[in-house]
Amino acid sequence: MLVALIAIGCLALIFGAILGYAALRFKVEADPLVDQIDDILPQTQCGQCGYPGCRPYAEAIANGDAINKCPPGGEAAIKKLADLMGVAATPLDGAQTPAVKRVAYIREDECIGCTKCIQACPVDAIVGASKLMHTVLIDECTGCDLCVEPCPVNCIDMVPLPGTVERWKWNLEAIPVRVVESNLANSNVVESN
Amino acid sequence: MSFRIASSPHNHSQQHTCVLMQKVILACLPGIACQVYFFGYGVLLQLVLAILTAWASEALVLRLRQKPVLPRLKDHSAMLTAVLLAVSIPAFAPWWVIVLGTAFAIIIVKQLYGGLGHNLFNPAMAAYVFLLVSFPQQMTSWLPPLTLQAQQQQWLDPVCAVFTDFSCAGYSLTQLKTDIDGMTMATPLDTIKTDLSTGKTLTESLQQPVFDSFGGLGWNYINLAFLLGGLWLWQQKVIQWRIPVAVLGTLGLCSLLGYLIDPDLHASPLFHLLSGGTMLAAFFIATDPVSASTTLRGRLYYGALIGLLIYLIRSFGGFPDAVAFAVMLANLAVPLIDYYSRPRTYGHKPKGSF
Amino acid sequence: MQSLFQQIKAGQLWDFHGGIHPPARKQQTSQKPIGRLSLPDRLYVPLRQHIGVPGSLLVAVGQQVLKGQPLTLADNAMAVPVHAPTSGTVLAIEPHIAPHPSALPELCVVIAPDGLEQWRERQPLNLAECDRLSLLQRIQDAGIAGMGGAGFPTHLKTGAANGVDYLIINAVECEPYISADDVLMQEFATTIVKGIDILCELSGPKAVLIGIEDDKPGAIAAMQAACSQREQYLVKTVPAKYPSGGEKQLIQLLTSKEVPAGRRPLDIGIVMQNVGTVFAIAQAVLEDMPLISRIVTVVGDSLTQPQNVLALIGTPVGYLLDACGFSPEPAQRIIMGGPMMGFTLPSVSVPVVKTSNCILAPSQAELPSANNEMDCIRCGACAEVCPAVLLPQQLLWYSKAKDLDKLKEYHLADCIECGACAYVCPSEIPLVHYYRVAKAEIREQSRDELKAEQAKARFEARNERLEQDKQQRAARNQALALQRQQLMAEQHKGREIEQAQQRVDATAEPVQELSKEQIIALREQKKAEARAYQAQKTAQQSTADTVEVVEAPQVADAPEVAGNSVSSEAVATATAPETAADPRAAAVAAAIARAKAKKAQTESVEVPVAAPPVTAALVTTEPVLDTRAAAVAAAIARAKAKKAQAEPAAVAVAATNPAPAPEANATDAAAVSDNDREAVKRQALAAAIARAQAKRQQANTEAAMDAHAALSDERPATAPDIVAGPLATANTAAVNAITAAEDHIPAVDPRKAAIAAAIARAKAKQQLSATDPKDQA
Repeated sequence: MLVALIAIGCLALIFGAILGYAALRFKVEADPLVDQIDDILPQTQCGQCGYPGCRPYAEAIANGDAINKCPPGGEAAIKKLADLMGVAATPLDGAQTPAVKRVAYIREDECIGCTKCIQACPVDAIVGASKLMHTVLIDECTGCDLCVEPCPVNCIDMVPLPGTVERWKWNLEAIPVRVVESNLANSNVVESN
Repeated sequence: MSFRIASSPHNHSQQHTCVLMQKVILACLPGIACQVYFFGYGVLLQLVLAILTAWASEALVLRLRQKPVLPRLKDHSAMLTAVLLAVSIPAFAPWWVIVLGTAFAIIIVKQLYGGLGHNLFNPAMAAYVFLLVSFPQQMTSWLPPLTLQAQQQQWLDPVCAVFTDFSCAGYSLTQLKTDIDGMTMATPLDTIKTDLSTGKTLTESLQQPVFDSFGGLGWNYINLAFLLGGLWLWQQKVIQWRIPVAVLGTLGLCSLLGYLIDPDLHASPLFHLLSGGTMLAAFFIATDPVSASTTLRGRLYYGALIGLLIYLIRSFGGFPDAVAFAVMLANLAVPLIDYYSRPRTYGHKPKGSF
Repeated sequence: MQSLFQQIKAGQLWDFHGGIHPPARKQQTSQKPIGRLSLPDRLYVPLRQHIGVPGSLLVAVGQQVLKGQPLTLADNAMAVPVHAPTSGTVLAIEPHIAPHPSALPELCVVIAPDGLEQWRERQPLNLAECDRLSLLQRIQDAGIAGMGGAGFPTHLKTGAANGVDYLIINAVECEPYISADDVLMQEFATTIVKGIDILCELSGPKAVLIGIEDDKPGAIAAMQAACSQREQYLVKTVPAKYPSGGEKQLIQLLTSKEVPAGRRPLDIGIVMQNVGTVFAIAQAVLEDMPLISRIVTVVGDSLTQPQNVLALIGTPVGYLLDACGFSPEPAQRIIMGGPMMGFTLPSVSVPVVKTSNCILAPSQAELPSANNEMDCIRCGACAEVCPAVLLPQQLLWYSKAKDLDKLKEYHLADCIECGACAYVCPSEIPLVHYYRVAKAEIREQSRDELKAEQAKARFEARNERLEQDKQQRAARNQALALQRQQLMAEQHKGREIEQAQQRVDATAEPVQELSKEQIIALREQKKAEARAYQAQKTAQQSTADTVEVVEAPQVADAPEVAGNSVSSEAVATATAPETAADPRAAAVAAAIARAKAKKAQTESVEVPVAAPPVTAALVTTEPVLDTRAAAVAAAIARAKAKKAQAEPAAVAVAATNPAPAPEANATDAAAVSDNDREAVKRQALAAAIARAQAKRQQANTEAAMDAHAALSDERPATAPDIVAGPLATANTAAVNAITAAEDHIPAVDPRKAAIAAAIARAKAKQQLSATDPKDQA
């Protein structure tokens, strides 16, 4: 009886040691969780999640915050976060995310050059100087909305990104089919809606 | 005038799903005709019952799923399932067997998995297994071919048997199965299995009246008829050669191997190929696109797996015929086969799949 | 074992996986001669008709252009110019519906032909004399981009292809209906061969393989005849199968080689050119005829005269259709390109471009479209015909599920969108459409990822910059605090003096209980002192006034002057306790101080100009603020000096500047006068300290000036930090923001600067004109 106990105990110790060694020896260096989460978040730095930027939210998620607070990331980001965190994908919290991508646009005639939007922009996507007109770099704008509120004269609009041939996503239904009068005599093409 | 916007290609081969299904059903006709010739028109009765049940259950589920009913019924997939199930069960099986089986096939196996194209198992075979496990007695009540039956089959006998379990003269199915010598007759495969288990050699077993010069009496012609239909399907490009060839080739090879080792214990390849549901399985059931493998290489594996399983179950398993089990087991393996038999895409280096 | 080259020479062909055989229907146009059309009313020439960037515009609205005159300038390797297809007037340069599946508008030059067909000057090149570079330049200048459909700039393709193994001329034209290349070869085989000569000159291939499908006997015969003199030009007849005209498929057919995924044919020593492109090259080099027209197959059952026409680039599709007898049916489809890969047009005003090889107007009976989509039954017919050996049904599954990772795993990127899968699909699933959507999604995703990465970098750079600013501010504050501590220490010494003085006072205390005579004497003395002081004071006042007036234009010095005057006063008062240590003298001094305080009060009310001294005096009573105040004063002075330079009305400013001060000072002074003698004495003492400090002040002001200079040096120093970030564009903003802050700098302290800026912003918000921030300061 005693021998058996000792034997089992020794075996347990040996295997424990092997396991422990293996855990150290073959440790997989994974990205820290926060980095992985941060990679999934869209980096708009918009703060709509209630945190001042994507990384703080990533840290919050790692500490157990809800994964559905990122409107710019949308359902896709939630799905990935759910996969990563091993939780159920929940629908987006609060307002619906706009279906189309938007960028800030400053109505330049009305801009008074107060630099408030410049200070608000988390990604330095607004250029301008004090008392001079500001303008948004469309390519850098993440559409986070943060510059709209501080503007004292409300001259910033969020406008849908203009469609280009490169960004077109094959939504054939959206193509307006024009009613066309075809005139055989002189092929004069008249367009109307 | 307004123009229509569409995505390319603007052209279509006009080979539609419903046409494919129709052709498969048409190709079943020689086999069905053979069955009628050998077992009486009870087969047709089963067919009608099965088709009606299939339509009804399909329509019911589609209604419940709030999908358009008529267009889906028109694809003939439900009818095909019904036909395949009807030709697999005994002609004199009670009516509720086929009704239950068809309803199970359509509602549980097909629609609950998402309808056409989404079912994991072949509906007809899954229903067959369900019936075989649930009602073994009814499902094995194959009568011997008409020529061997002791009681002359009466005109209304199939109707009576199907709906009342007794022939018009009041004989039970067991009585009908008994021959003049008072011996209960079974299908050729069953007979061999029973005989081998009682210590008889194959040669002795083959002396029984249910056997013909090649294969089981009646069954050999039925199989040949299904082979004919299958070849027509292949010629029509409804099915590809890979699965039938793999099924038949593997089954033939395995049985040849067994036959060469000990002809007294193992039936000949010819017997295996022309018995039971071999041809039906190879050309009509294994080729069901939904539950079969989709890659070209995978189809060879899939067919070979079915052939191997048929042989193994027939030779060493508990059931006389094995088509349904073999197909279902192979269905289970399809996702795995598909994953590991992905073709090498143009311009990509071959990678060790396995 | 033969080498690959020998096998090819021997006429061996290979095969590619899959492929389909749709009805070709080429006969109705391939046997007819090429139709020539009259000029249309308008030509819409899109600025970009190729893959790459459009050139920069060379013409203006209203300008007359000659035929072949370049409309854009290729100022970039990826740019290809476009040319005026005929002579005429530029009517407009505006967005016009583009020949693209999206039908989004793109910038076009609209030309009204004048019917004269007047050519610009043409300079054909002599092939024997010109070098590689000039040939390539000519190809680019002629605006030639791949005419097979993709529109890749030809000069780039050819320029990169030096010393290739095989030059393949793609004349397969596997799409049904299209016969543009077929008739081109039938009519212009010799020109095409000359074009091949030019390409050989540029690329130097081992062999030229001309791939033609076997359903074009006329073209094969013409090309064979034209190539009979050239031994290494091999006309290869390939069996008709769609899509054998695909670049990768044709390479596999002719050479058995596969282009590795994500690579170009060039990487395996092959370059492929469309036969139409070759023809255009020949024309550009030998006749100096830029790419201004092309052969277009206009076909379909909705046309009465289907034929191939020579269409000018920019001709609206409707013009071509009408020329071929267009009688549309309801819900007519107009397809640009072939039935397999073409796209439908929403309007017939879409112009023909360099890549348009066919305009198809089929009837519904002729080309029944797949529109009854059903569930996939996994029949695998698509996998059997896929020329890229993909698994279309799996791709469909993942496309529907938007599983982009799986799509990549199943090599969606290798799909050539040939449409063979959708053609054979019994469930009529528009597979290619799903793939295109998924591909667009993947492109979008990778763009988003890139953008997110950039945004993250920018965000982090910004945070870093802000952090640096913060640290710098903290360091500065620390330095200032240190300074203040030193001051405090000195102040502490001062306080010790004060305490000592208090002790002196304590000893002087009994003096106040002196005899009446003594008190009277004291009063007398005081009165005398007061009179004397009064006289002195008025004298001083007059000088101070004159000083003030004289110094007005240079107000910068005013505070100092004021400070001096204070110190001079202080000298007058403070010397008393020092020299006359006896209690009586102390009492006298206190009286004087009291009187002075009263005087100061009245004067400060009456003469605002005199206020600065008071302010200065007050400031000196708060030693903690000393250096800062000095700095403030200096800054104000500096700002004033600036102001004075800008505005001649400096005196007014100087007058307004102290205006708010008297009120506060007056109360302070009142409080002072209400104090008992002790306090007054202390005040006097403080004045003494003030004197000492005033001395120090001069030094400090200098130091403060230096410090300020250093400070303002530091400010721009932040700018390079930003430059270091990836935000070169935002630099200007940041720098400007800094300069903006600098404008508000009167308060030298960064906090004050921030406050000032904030106030300024608030003002700006009220849309008042930005006023002198010193008012607030």
